[in-house]
Amino acid sequence: MTTTPAPQSGAETGVLARVSDVRCVYGGGEQDFTAVDGVSFELNEGEILGLAGESGCGKTTLGNALAMIAVPPLYVLSGRLGIDGREIDLATLNAADVKAHRPYRGTTVSMLPQGAMNAISPTLRIRSLVLDVMRAHDKNVAKDEALDLARDRLKMLEMPVRVLDSYAHQLSGGMKQRVITVISTLLNPRLLIADEPTSALDVSSQRMLVEMLLAMVEQRIMSGVVFVTHDLPVLSQISDKLAIMNRGAIVEMGPTAQLVEDPQHPYTEKLLGSVLDPTAETRRKGKEWLTGGSGLVRSATETAASGTSPSDTPKGATS
Amino acid sequence: MNENATPDPAPHTHRAESASGPQTSADGVVTHSVPTDEAVLSCRNVNKVFNVAGNKVHAVDDVSLDFAAGKVLAVVGESGSGKSTLARMLLRLMPVTSGTITFRGQDVTHIKGAELRRYWTEVQAVFQDPFASFNQFFTVGSLLRRSLKLAAVDKAEADALIEECLGYVGLTPKDALHKYPHQMSGGQRQRVMVARALMMRPKVLLADEATSMLDASLRVNVLNVLHDLKADLGLTVLFITHDIGQATYLSDRVAVMEHGKVVERGTTEEVIFSPQAEYTRRLLADVPDLRGSLKQR
Repeated sequence: MTTTPAPQSGAETGVLARVSDVRCVYGGGEQDFTAVDGVSFELNEGEILGLAGESGCGKTTLGNALAMIAVPPLYVLSGRLGIDGREIDLATLNAADVKAHRPYRGTTVSMLPQGAMNAISPTLRIRSLVLDVMRAHDKNVAKDEALDLARDRLKMLEMPVRVLDSYAHQLSGGMKQRVITVISTLLNPRLLIADEPTSALDVSSQRMLVEMLLAMVEQRIMSGVVFVTHDLPVLSQISDKLAIMNRGAIVEMGPTAQLVEDPQHPYTEKLLGSVLDPTAETRRKGKEWLTGGSGLVRSATETAASGTSPSDTPKGATS
Repeated sequence: MNENATPDPAPHTHRAESASGPQTSADGVVTHSVPTDEAVLSCRNVNKVFNVAGNKVHAVDDVSLDFAAGKVLAVVGESGSGKSTLARMLLRLMPVTSGTITFRGQDVTHIKGAELRRYWTEVQAVFQDPFASFNQFFTVGSLLRRSLKLAAVDKAEADALIEECLGYVGLTPKDALHKYPHQMSGGQRQRVMVARALMMRPKVLLADEATSMLDASLRVNVLNVLHDLKADLGLTVLFITHDIGQATYLSDRVAVMEHGKVVERGTTEEVIFSPQAEYTRRLLADVPDLRGSLKQR
């Protein structure tokens, strides 16, 4: 890992964010559903944390809580985020809490939500989106100033500056996703929460986005990333640390290589076993299924099919 | 033995099995081997040209493929390579610009009305987004019964058929029929869509990125359902995906598409484990490796 000095004074290569005891429930119905149940972790300056788990395990909910964008029926019961020497209470039990979070959003913690690339207004050019984002935080920002910032950022990341004059439909899916990533980090957030940014992209676009995110951290556009996805191979490419979530709790966390090579928790093993990469091993497993043999794949799917899996709960079923 | 699908006019069509090694045609199409089984569905020299704001976009460029009975053919390629356009044309949801589509020896390229409806009972599809394929206001039961209108069966028969087809995908009427789409997980929804397609007792199932939105364990689950359907019902599957790993797991044969053209085809082993076309190699190189890291480079 490179250790470029952080823009902020204080932490040089130390801890960027300390997350403790996050608990979230979906309420409002007959019964509450606990989506995140006491999650704590630390993220170092310049690190990328991969948060993996199957649909419905609470990874997106945790991301929303950290980005302070939880809205009912999602309630954050407790949780603290220590960042830049401040302790932010993540709880959203009343309106005052939510209001108190406003100054941190987009600047301290920025969120790249799921499917963000499909949320670009079809009737506006990308430049208008840039202005909207900048003006939301500083009403008096000059148009040229905002666009110059965007232009510089695009150049820095070796992206074509002309995208600013494009409409969403003129850009490919991969390009839209990279543009929206650049826009969501214009304000130099300390921490970026990226929720499934690569899931709708093909492998070539995925790779470009992953390389761009690595460059952004390298250049300290943001100082840390929580990368939420169910795609373990992508995570193994980008993350320094991996956290595996199941049923709202982190079941295993550790350096990426170590976790992939030597998983300790059976759930991590199952998750790794259901990865399909173009290898002879995958081919063998596929044939094994047909001949009725059993392998890692069969055991992993049995968990998914048996109904004991949290993915059978409707809440947070996002994939 | 069906005609080989190579579109090039050169006489050296590659009838031979892979014993002679992969062949490259004049226009750069790598053909490892051709299917020896009888083709249920095939397309010959199919083209699709879209007019986009005065520009012509050649979305599918002279594609000829055979879908061997009881086999899974995977069509892989990146976004925009024309995979889905090809599927829509095969499904007759979109007219071809030129070329022919043949189903069991019959030209179905321009059939209409009752004939087309009959074709749709034979060739069914499952699409990418299991949420978008459902009407949010209908229960799974009413959705399945509505789709049975096409089959024109009476109620008792319909119920039996629904139970049978839900059984293929590991669901029972008791835990599926009364539910609304939002009460099911993504994997369950997609399995219901497969069951719906199967109710027509199709010969061919087109799965257009059917597993792309599911997470890893559920994805394997749906792929295994397709595996079983092929083995148990002799279903022919056209599996369209950008994920070459899924193709490795499921398919018997693979065709790789780039910019509307098929650039390489053969058995799964041939295409994935000894790729010849440069594009196939690049596609494979871009697949993230669980044990490799971009950071270490």
